[in-house]
Amino acid sequence: MRLRRSMLFLPGANAAMLSTAFVYKPDSVMFDLEDAVSLREKDAARLLVFHALQLPVYREIETVVRINPLSTPFGRQDLEAAVRAGVDVVRLPKTDSAEDVLELEREVERIERACGRPFGSTRLMAAIESAGGVVNAVSIARSSPRMIGIALAGFDYVMDMQTERGDGTELFYARAAVLHAARAAGIDAFDVVYSDVNNEEGFLKEVDLIKRMGFNGKSLINPRQIELLHNAYAPTGEEVDYARRVVAAADQAERQGLGVIALNGKMIDAPIVNHAKRVLQRAEASGLRK
Amino acid sequence: MTPFVNPRIEHEPAIAHLEPFREFARHAPYLRDGARKYSRKICASLEDAVRAAGVRDGMTISFHHAFREGDKTINMVVDLLARMGFRDLTLASSSLLSCNAPLIDHIRNGVIRRIYTSGMRGKLAEAISHGLMDQPINIHSHGGRVRLMDSGELAVDVAFLGVSTADEFGNANGISGRSRCGSLGYAKVDAARARTVVLLAEEIVPFPNAPASIAQDDVDFVVKVDQVGDPSKISVGAARITSNPRELLIARLAADVIEHAGYFKPGFSLQTGTGASSTAATRFLEHRMRARDITASFALGGITGGIVDLHKKGLIETLYDTQSFDADAAESLRTSPRHFEISTNAYANPTSKAVYCDRLDMVILSALEIDLDFNVNVITGSDGVMRGASGGHSDVAAGANLSIVVGPLIRSRIPTVVEKATTVVTPGECVGVVVTDHGIAVNPNRPDVAERLTAAGLPVTTLPDLYRRAISLTGEPAPIGFLDKVVGIVRYRDGSVIDVVRQVKD
Repeated sequence: MRLRRSMLFLPGANAAMLSTAFVYKPDSVMFDLEDAVSLREKDAARLLVFHALQLPVYREIETVVRINPLSTPFGRQDLEAAVRAGVDVVRLPKTDSAEDVLELEREVERIERACGRPFGSTRLMAAIESAGGVVNAVSIARSSPRMIGIALAGFDYVMDMQTERGDGTELFYARAAVLHAARAAGIDAFDVVYSDVNNEEGFLKEVDLIKRMGFNGKSLINPRQIELLHNAYAPTGEEVDYARRVVAAADQAERQGLGVIALNGKMIDAPIVNHAKRVLQRAEASGLRK
Repeated sequence: MTPFVNPRIEHEPAIAHLEPFREFARHAPYLRDGARKYSRKICASLEDAVRAAGVRDGMTISFHHAFREGDKTINMVVDLLARMGFRDLTLASSSLLSCNAPLIDHIRNGVIRRIYTSGMRGKLAEAISHGLMDQPINIHSHGGRVRLMDSGELAVDVAFLGVSTADEFGNANGISGRSRCGSLGYAKVDAARARTVVLLAEEIVPFPNAPASIAQDDVDFVVKVDQVGDPSKISVGAARITSNPRELLIARLAADVIEHAGYFKPGFSLQTGTGASSTAATRFLEHRMRARDITASFALGGITGGIVDLHKKGLIETLYDTQSFDADAAESLRTSPRHFEISTNAYANPTSKAVYCDRLDMVILSALEIDLDFNVNVITGSDGVMRGASGGHSDVAAGANLSIVVGPLIRSRIPTVVEKATTVVTPGECVGVVVTDHGIAVNPNRPDVAERLTAAGLPVTTLPDLYRRAISLTGEPAPIGFLDKVVGIVRYRDGSVIDVVRQVKD
């Protein structure tokens, strides 16, 4: 179980941000070579990200690179640079179908072989940004064993749906669909960015919603949102106490070779134990909710 | 005829060497003149005030810098002194800022020959770092300035003190009138020590003007001027509010250190210096204080709106204010019964009979450089040019139980943690903890603090580790080129010399 609450977007051409962003300790950093990089900076950004990926300071954080679509002149070069530099996860933008992922997977396999990187060590994730992608979310999520998650990207999606960002009503179906697809495939689900960075209250309201829905986390565009998000995902003292008792009961049952776990006379099954472990993991990472 | 009112004592040997009484107004002639009795200190113009004060070539003139970048007094007075033809003056302002760039011409043409200041910024600092002056400037701390005055080295002939209101007897404060700077903590020192004191008042108000931050018995002359300063510019420069995520991260870590270093107990005391991160740290304290049901007994120093907010909420009982860093602080000084103005003598002078900084538990201080021995530079930038101020840094670091120095590990492309500080202002022995965005280093002379911070799960590392990390990101910076000429002498708070600043090579 890898903790993936926060995925911080970093414009690939911004050297200052690449050289400092790790201090905010997001669960994942996403170096963007796509929309946040202007056409004339594509090469510079790719080179910067290629070097940033190899900095020792990023060893403790999951690294993600958002490449340009493979249909553009940049996509394959981005992929070459990212895979060869040792990126953890490649993020494919504008994913409309499983075929998009499979095409990417073939390219990744080729590059892994060419550079001697362990086969399968490059993981994938797909950003869903259209009505078509939402409808195909299940097959996209199940498309490859390399997939670690799918992310909903709100901006293009609402355009495609002929609406605009509002109170969340506009994302109602997409969020539910993407989340279900991810869970059905056993991978993670990431919610959209919240772009009004000075509106802490609005951000926390949205975080509360997507946390209760079941999202693993959210894409973020400002480091100030990381602490807020992590704190919102942090458990309370009571939740931690209960989780500790659940895990202890499970350990005891295992030691005694019992198939059935009981806590205070109530049956506990594996999903409850897994949830308890997730609670403890979040507490370990960010302490108790403040 | 006998001069004595009582002629019987005329030949009394016991009083032969004493002055005989002649008439009640002999030494206070204004008492015989109904109008002059009240208005004798009022000068018609600043020029009249300068003449009345007896300014002469070679004298030492002093100012306060409570308006910081909004100050109008220093430039106005020095411009006038130049026009009146004075030369070879020693300028002793409690500090100088970017707004004082017009002084460059007056240095060039010989009006100002020597400078004592806490620091300098902008074009003036740039010019002096490039060798503008024949004699090096003296850089002192706020407490050290008072010490230099008391030792006789810095003997102020005429203090020109800008105030928002004064009455005609010279009772003055910075909390009433139009341009309110709040505390007159620096000016109080000059008023008490200068040979002659001239108040430049924006408004002359009816007697009595109370409270009297500067008292009538210290004031020689009062002159009305159009504007002494622009209070909206006080918080420009050093004392700014930040939304920068990196500064907020450092501020949060600093608040963590405050919470866990061992002094966060009911009745604790603190100071948050200037600089974005230290100012921002106060905003992270409220939650921690409420969660642990802890209130502070007092906060000290430059007082900011953030500190005032905690005071208003009952989390800090008392404020001792040497300098009000924004309008909120000035307003609180005016209205809160537990917000007191104190002089820099009571704040930090090491030879004063008692100073508030010695009662501090914790202080958050900024830094331009921190070296591997924890020595701190707050004067020279990475290009060797002066761009800061000694301020209360070394005073409070010496007095407080724990000094927490904050700063980003890397500024632009230059590491803040360095092998050897370009200029040492505060000795490393007085620095307990260094907080950067990449982690926290604890002085080996504070194993107790290191143990507590580690136990609290804070990212504790060492300065050599932070240094290596910085170098791994930036590479080794090329050394700064200096010439031999000394342009600044850094005086420690006790008057001793702790370092010098040399002219930068172009």
